[in-house]
Amino acid sequence: MPAKYHIHTEPAPPRVRPVGKLGIVDWREDCSSCHNCVKRDCVYGFYRDEADTLRDETGYLDYIYQCKGCLNCVQDCTKGILTRVVNPEYQRLGDAHYTPDIILSTWFQAESGRIPVSGAGYGGPFSGAGFDGMWTDMSEIVRPTRDGIHGREYISTSVDVGRKLAHLRFHDGELGVLPPPLIQSPLPVMFEAIPRHWQRGKVVTSICRAAAEIGLFSIVRSQDVPVELSVEQENIIPWLETAGAANNGALSAAMVMVGDGENVMAVQAALKDENADRIVGIRVPAGPEVKDRVLELTRQDAEVIHLVFGRNGRELGAARPRHMRQVLREVHTALVEDGTRDLVTLSASGGIALAEHMAKAVVCGADLVAIDVPLVLALECRLCGECQRDGVCPIALEDIEPRYATRRVINLLGAWHQQLVELLGAMGIREVRRLRGETGRCMFFEDLERETFGRLFGKRKEPDRAACAFATKP
Amino acid sequence: MSSSPSTISRTDPQSAEDFVSRPDYAEVSREVRPAPPRYRNEIGKYGIHRSSACIACGRCAEACPCGVHTRPDGYRLMVRPFDYRCIGPACAETDGYCVDACPQGALSLSENPAFKTIGDCRWTADLLVATWQMAETGRPPRPHLESEIGNSGGGFDRLRIRYPSSPPADLRREDISTELLLNRRNDARPKIKIDVPWYGGGMSFGSTSTNVLLGRARTAKAWNTLTCTGEGGYLDRLIPYKDHVITQVATGLFGVREETIQRAPVVEFKYAQGAKPGLGGHLLGDKNTPPVAAMREAVVGTSLFSPFPFHSIYSVEDHKKHLDWIEHVSPRALLSAKVSTPVDVDMVAVGSYYAGAHIVHLDGSYGGTGAAPNIAKKNIAMPIEYAIHRVHQFLVDEGIRDEITVIASGGLRTPADMAKAIALGADGVVVGTGELVAVGCIRCGNCESGRGCARGITTTDPELMQRTTIEWATQRLVNLYNAWRVMLVEILYRLGLDSVAALRGRTDLLEHLDYENNVEPNNA
Repeated sequence: MPAKYHIHTEPAPPRVRPVGKLGIVDWREDCSSCHNCVKRDCVYGFYRDEADTLRDETGYLDYIYQCKGCLNCVQDCTKGILTRVVNPEYQRLGDAHYTPDIILSTWFQAESGRIPVSGAGYGGPFSGAGFDGMWTDMSEIVRPTRDGIHGREYISTSVDVGRKLAHLRFHDGELGVLPPPLIQSPLPVMFEAIPRHWQRGKVVTSICRAAAEIGLFSIVRSQDVPVELSVEQENIIPWLETAGAANNGALSAAMVMVGDGENVMAVQAALKDENADRIVGIRVPAGPEVKDRVLELTRQDAEVIHLVFGRNGRELGAARPRHMRQVLREVHTALVEDGTRDLVTLSASGGIALAEHMAKAVVCGADLVAIDVPLVLALECRLCGECQRDGVCPIALEDIEPRYATRRVINLLGAWHQQLVELLGAMGIREVRRLRGETGRCMFFEDLERETFGRLFGKRKEPDRAACAFATKP
Repeated sequence: MSSSPSTISRTDPQSAEDFVSRPDYAEVSREVRPAPPRYRNEIGKYGIHRSSACIACGRCAEACPCGVHTRPDGYRLMVRPFDYRCIGPACAETDGYCVDACPQGALSLSENPAFKTIGDCRWTADLLVATWQMAETGRPPRPHLESEIGNSGGGFDRLRIRYPSSPPADLRREDISTELLLNRRNDARPKIKIDVPWYGGGMSFGSTSTNVLLGRARTAKAWNTLTCTGEGGYLDRLIPYKDHVITQVATGLFGVREETIQRAPVVEFKYAQGAKPGLGGHLLGDKNTPPVAAMREAVVGTSLFSPFPFHSIYSVEDHKKHLDWIEHVSPRALLSAKVSTPVDVDMVAVGSYYAGAHIVHLDGSYGGTGAAPNIAKKNIAMPIEYAIHRVHQFLVDEGIRDEITVIASGGLRTPADMAKAIALGADGVVVGTGELVAVGCIRCGNCESGRGCARGITTTDPELMQRTTIEWATQRLVNLYNAWRVMLVEILYRLGLDSVAALRGRTDLLEHLDYENNVEPNNA
């Protein structure tokens, strides 16, 4: 049995006061000083800590920021003067795509390296747009492997990146073709180039180091590669923004990326001439015509095609942009029908916010994904946007200590790895390579609705989502 | 804990033998009695504030029909308002509006800010508070609370029951049957009937407080229905209720012994569960206290795994051997297969039938009470709303529908949900979260952290467990069951049906708000 891929995590508590969801507020004037709330009711001890900090104001007020919301103090207060509120700062976090819940969940994973767990069933909307309209399959009796307690201990999450051969050729009993170079990523995820406004202090260095420590690859614009990085260079995928940039320095990168363009195959050929063992990835903006472009590039010997979606995971430049889910399925199916799907590696970036998005993008046909915003969220970013306005970063990202930042990113990926294994284990699939395009192990909202309710109730009306406040989740 | 005999009341049974020899202790009445909240400040939708202008004249208490204002005999001042009972601004249309009745203008009505922070899309604040009120009063909640649907934007929340304009004149509510037959096979096993079309889902000793487990078992006995051990073993204290307790055989086989199998009217094989379909169970070390460890024959403080899946089962044939094994151990038990809802859930159900199961229990992906990875709760397996009709129709097409009982669970919250599930094709349902809400769960989701549930429901911490008592939990659940039954009978009455069984598969009595509903019904 080969060694297990394991991401070592260790706690990395927040540097700055985290924003909690719930808080307790009170009206002190009617307090009977019974101290029930402090002494008896808070089983988590938060309220007691708050009472201490009133005299000695250090640290942050846990009862506002870390309240677990059990309501014991509110409901047992002798005078009924406590109530619970949703923290307005929490409600202002993030945006429609990176919701406050996603941000808090990412912080938790970056801090602990653990899978978010809770009881009492699922409380979210029935379904939603994009990846929220997909459910993954499970099996009652099939385990991925017979090893270990749950049979998922040896699930492989590793993928190959590069061009593959359609078939082998032999000549006089010897292999007659040279297999193209391949790199292996132990998780179906790369780190996407971080937008410039987040490239502060040691952020890029830390993210690259995190990738290197756990064997992943990080895409960095060639001129943004930090000077202090040398050992880790093998895990950096330089993104050469101009063809001439290929010669800038002695990058020993196993793979480079170039933007799509009319003569991109010539650029690829030039790069291969320079070093035949180097893989070239082509970044293609995922617009409405992307399917044809991918087919064309694949026929022209492209090795890796990296589809770049919008920040919310939707098509670029379309009047009604489709979600990555539809586009990836279309592209994947077209390649399968063309007989060329196995030749090329397809990756996708934009809007991948949760571990489940990584798995679902693979189900829809990507070999792997690339993430950017979750990496910065792991470093406690609140997406306040101050940095884009040249304002002061409320978490002082520029001062982040590299070792700590690396740890947070590794923790996040450790939790994502575990979650991917959970999904694969439930499906009874023992390697993520087999999940690619495996839509049979997935259920789509539209299909289930049509097959179940469509038969009973006729045609589905145009969605009237505004009627349901909760269902407007993007 | 002191072991001195003097600390133990002689009237309280202690050992298993005591329980068996004291059948009177296990007698539970179905009678509805008030079971007030165990917290001083129960959460309601509205708040009533009484200012210092109050002169304690008592007019508010005279006016309010809901019991918000009280002044016990012999007291000069009013008790702080029980504002969780308040029905809100709609009261202004009635004669009982305290704000208008107060001669001093000392009362004011507002929304309760805490109310807005509880609940979620599936269990809205209204549903939580409505369930608490049912558990307190045993009656359907007042109309100021939405007590039929949640706000998830799909499934049950978008399905509606189509009522005829008027029910048949000769139908009487008291003649409506809510019985559920569990054994539809032509075999020698008992034709068990339960009085209501629902029973309690599995919650294990170790995950849930003993007081709550016993409350559930006592309620099952009172209402002639069932509850389930979960997989944490069979508590001796459940023996007096053995005719109403399902023994669960799950992958960890904790507490599965010959006697626990022979005791049970129904033995449930848990292949998978909706909360974490396809994943194993994991009792964290903190919850593995000495009594839990003794029950599970394990070492105190270690984490206990229930692997996934059964390591001896790889096919329907293996599944049949599994059922045969129990069949031979117990000549009277009915066999139930609890499965989750994969793509091929219909095939799974048929496989269970051919393996010999009397009951196939479909556990949909959005339910569950136990702690599970969030990614599993949200993403793995299909919601129960889809699975029920697929399975029902497939069994009909196979010609075996009337030989197996289909039970649905996983996110059913209200009698309206039950009616919709049955109309989609289930025979009955299993409830879990609803029961926990009745004993005070607010769905904060922190069931597993630290010492367990802060509200003393899903915990084995001796101190936290004291937050509930067996008697209180029993009465809350007895009341809830009564209210549910009243509401279910009302639905059947309005539909003009004389039994729950007559509702099964009647999709013509449903409509979906997101569809044009123009398909000609063929199963009326």
